[in-house]
Amino acid sequence: MDIINFIRNTANNYQAVFYLLTVLLFIIGLKLLTSPKTARRGNIVSAAGMLIAITITLFYHGIISYKLIIIGIVIGSIIGAISAYILDLRAIPQYVAILNGFGGAVSALVGVSAFLQKELPANVTPLHFYSAISVDVFIGTLTFWGSMMAFAKLQGLVTGRPVVIKGKNVINILILLISVLLGVLLVNDPYNIYYLIGILVAASLLAISLTIAIGGADMPVIIALFISYAGLSASAVGFIFLTYGLIMVGSLVGASGLILTRTMAKAMNRDFLGILLGNITPPEMSKIHSGEDIYAGRVKSSSPEEAVMILEAANRIAIVPGYGLAVAQAQGPVRDLMNELEKDGKEVYFAIHPVAGRMPGHMNVLLAEVDVPYDKLKTLEESNELLPDTDVAIVIGANDVVNPSARDNKETPIYGMPILDVDKSRSVIVIKRSLSPGFSGVPNPLFANDNTVMLFSDAKPALTDLVKEYRELKV
Amino acid sequence: MDPLITALILFVLAVIIGFEVITKVPPILHTPLVVASHAMAAIMVVSAIEASGSGKTLTAQILGFSALLLGTVNVVGGYLIADRMLSMFKGHKKK
Repeated sequence: MDIINFIRNTANNYQAVFYLLTVLLFIIGLKLLTSPKTARRGNIVSAAGMLIAITITLFYHGIISYKLIIIGIVIGSIIGAISAYILDLRAIPQYVAILNGFGGAVSALVGVSAFLQKELPANVTPLHFYSAISVDVFIGTLTFWGSMMAFAKLQGLVTGRPVVIKGKNVINILILLISVLLGVLLVNDPYNIYYLIGILVAASLLAISLTIAIGGADMPVIIALFISYAGLSASAVGFIFLTYGLIMVGSLVGASGLILTRTMAKAMNRDFLGILLGNITPPEMSKIHSGEDIYAGRVKSSSPEEAVMILEAANRIAIVPGYGLAVAQAQGPVRDLMNELEKDGKEVYFAIHPVAGRMPGHMNVLLAEVDVPYDKLKTLEESNELLPDTDVAIVIGANDVVNPSARDNKETPIYGMPILDVDKSRSVIVIKRSLSPGFSGVPNPLFANDNTVMLFSDAKPALTDLVKEYRELKV
Repeated sequence: MDPLITALILFVLAVIIGFEVITKVPPILHTPLVVASHAMAAIMVVSAIEASGSGKTLTAQILGFSALLLGTVNVVGGYLIADRMLSMFKGHKKK
């Protein structure tokens, strides 16, 4: 027993030091995540940091019963491990929405539990304790319901179209003010549970009002914003108990979320501040233009046989994948096409727009899954340097991100959005089912260009045909 | 120094470190970064452990237990998914 007591004392007396170690390992882990070569190791380093924090906490003095703790950890680990093993990587955005919802729930549950127990840690004044609980429960609940809404939208359970409520901004600000008022009341009278319930209700309403206005196309931004919320939740819990480790990790993660949100906002031509205030999808985005005037008589339809001839003559080929590629499950055929072309001595690279896919970096993961080496995955900037010297660009299931209107038509809502300059390559093959516009509703003049041919088909059969035709050509 | 001030200083410093480190993560790794970030944020389980193990009332224990359960899913699921994705990123094929 002496040894156990010794460990317990050490763990409790030096808890802050161990947390510091955790934070350091997290930072090193993130640092290693800056290169695909070291990223896997970074993730393990970070997990080791987590293990230290959890182990130390298990020796916490106040713990009187280990039964619930062990049951919780075992069941949670089993669910986590199985879900990680069976997950279809196309559904990563939904998975992230759930992780985020759980994170919000954890922070709200811990907050409510702290409120009920009313055991103030040393050095913490009631004013500090109850304000931190109010903020924590508010953010946690907001995150939980917001994530559940996002999950429902991603999964198609709720319409992906933005639902516009009149006077939305006024309503949101009103809810926010009421929440602050309830928080003040709670701090003054911490024995009245109705104030806490009021905060729970207000945060839930705000979450729904904020997320219902967001269109399906804007999900990458929301997913990025989520990380900030997750970080803030962790920090808020840290402020309740003055656990410095939690505060630091929370702000570290919060910063990462803000950076990704800014990147996504830039890539999608959205106002960063507007996003923070919940004004994400501009209303004009829901209008659809037919584009008859642009396309009439200028669009050239082609066949796989013809497309293969164009590829045969090329030296450097860019493949531009959009989420349509993943929806059609055509990652395998696209890799086969890459292999065929490379066997022939041609240079092939993938030009990947930051918002290709449904969350930051999604397309890279989907291509890595089918063994496309990461040095072939080029970013927007790298691709735009290569594209003018590229013989053929094959656009698959992408639309808005290759629309030249974003560069030169001030009238369109996508004006100013950074795009892949596919139209600057010598010729373009677009694989698409029809001329229907992308999420923005803007017709795409690229399809009517002289050097563009259209291959009207689903991505998977089209690519399978291309591979087959190419092999036949080479026999 | 007031511990609240210390907490605020740490908060701000960690934000700065976060900005510095994470701006250097390349877009190709953004999805694993997102998942790993969620696993890290789930460090909140430490408070859930305390709440479920030291709860004086049954309600507090149940709340703590639920938080611990969900938090553990995030930690384990998050790190494992990130690992699964990162294991797929390979360089040049050597033949």
